[in-house]
Amino acid sequence: MTPAVRLERVSKSFGSHKVLDDVSFEVPRGGGFVILGRSGTGKSVTLRHIVALVRPDAGKVFVDDAEVSVMKGTELARVRRGIGFLFQNGALFDSISVGENVEFPLRRHTQLNDSEIRDRARGKLRAVGLEAEYDKMPAALSGGMRKRAALARAMVLDPPLLLVDEPSAGLDPITTDEIDALLSNLKEQGGTTLIIVTHNIPSARRLGDTLAMLHGGRIVEQGTAEALAQSSNEMVRTFLTSQYAG
Amino acid sequence: MLDAVGRLILSFLATAGDASRFALRAAREVFTPPFEVRETIRQIYELGLRSAPLIAVSGLAVGVVLSMHTRASLERFGAESMIPAGLAIALVRETGPLTAGLLLSGRIGAGIGAELGAMRVTEQIDALEASAVDAFRYLVVTRVTACVIAVPILTTVMNFSGMLGGYIAESAATGMSLRLYFTRAFSLIDMTDYIPATVKTAVFGFIIATMSSYLGFNTESGTEGVGRASTQSVVYSSVLIIVCNVVLVRLIFFLFPEVAG
Repeated sequence: MTPAVRLERVSKSFGSHKVLDDVSFEVPRGGGFVILGRSGTGKSVTLRHIVALVRPDAGKVFVDDAEVSVMKGTELARVRRGIGFLFQNGALFDSISVGENVEFPLRRHTQLNDSEIRDRARGKLRAVGLEAEYDKMPAALSGGMRKRAALARAMVLDPPLLLVDEPSAGLDPITTDEIDALLSNLKEQGGTTLIIVTHNIPSARRLGDTLAMLHGGRIVEQGTAEALAQSSNEMVRTFLTSQYAG
Repeated sequence: MLDAVGRLILSFLATAGDASRFALRAAREVFTPPFEVRETIRQIYELGLRSAPLIAVSGLAVGVVLSMHTRASLERFGAESMIPAGLAIALVRETGPLTAGLLLSGRIGAGIGAELGAMRVTEQIDALEASAVDAFRYLVVTRVTACVIAVPILTTVMNFSGMLGGYIAESAATGMSLRLYFTRAFSLIDMTDYIPATVKTAVFGFIIATMSSYLGFNTESGTEGVGRASTQSVVYSSVLIIVCNVVLVRLIFFLFPEVAG
């Protein structure tokens, strides 16, 4: 079966700084793929390649069979409609309310009527515990709440592929568990493919079928959480056995 | 030293080329469907209607001052009765369009530069793209269309409020009636004065929207970059408006020789 996402020998530099160096991996449909690594190692850049916000200097990026790294216009928009993306800082549109943010993809890409759109948006906000904040502006929310609202927006079209950048950053442990449970449920019950960037090892263990460790622009180790914890690479072992939880 | 100057020139040319490509793309996509009608209407409200009070009040003040200056000049020749017509011609042909263009490059240009700049640094533009929305069409083309429509309308508002300001000054000085003032004001102007000069401001609107969108869209370096984009939007738009005005006035004189007469 065609993997949901495939990176083939992707390299990317910004100026003289090489961020990704010959990175390759595959994520099967319905799988959970977690990208680990220290800050500034190119984890977010990897995610951005998958939705073609960044183009590789070399290599190819495929979503299903579509080579998104060379796509443009309506062809790329069609692929992007099947991808939900949670940005590291939420990236809510600050000129519209939280509810309108979640409604936005539905208004753009579906033929649902107003009440159906509102119902679905409310349902997604309920799932992240923010139904009461529907009419508030993003500026009135805390950082963690903004993140959860952005997750509701990323999920609202029920995309088969969800890219999540630091889902637990800025969240308390209880909310982190709730978000993990929500993502886990999407994967287990909904068959959603998850690609997650995180520093949170317990979350990575819970959500990831496969974990990949990025270091120096390369994937230095890839496998199950147990395999990485037994890695011969001391840095990988230390990272995996760290008690740091977000 | 020579190296530094060379680098500066090359950097300027590269930016100018980039901005020109951006403007050409905007000009092309304004006429290419699908059209973002709802967002364009919202932008006309935000950029146009909300600028109306500024333009109306400024026009009133400009009209009062122009009237006082015109009176001081024409009184010497005993031609006070020409004040309404002289003021109307000055306002409609040049003062109204140019003043409105410069005021709006401050009000609208700074707003667009800061808003798009903030959206860029907080990844909102990326979020739009990731949501399968053409951010250029949604953010830039809508603002360009809104400005091209709104600036000529606002210029007309400025012309009228300027004439009203002139009336207030004249009424205070001589007790002239509103009817007589506007009869005299419109006695020497016709559509060849109004239409080319007002259509010219559609170009001003295009300059303001594309320049500030370009700077906002390409903002870097966080909040500092947002401030820079906002300031540069005003400066570059204003300078471009003044320079383009020279060319456009020359063009109007060529196409409508009676205006030059």
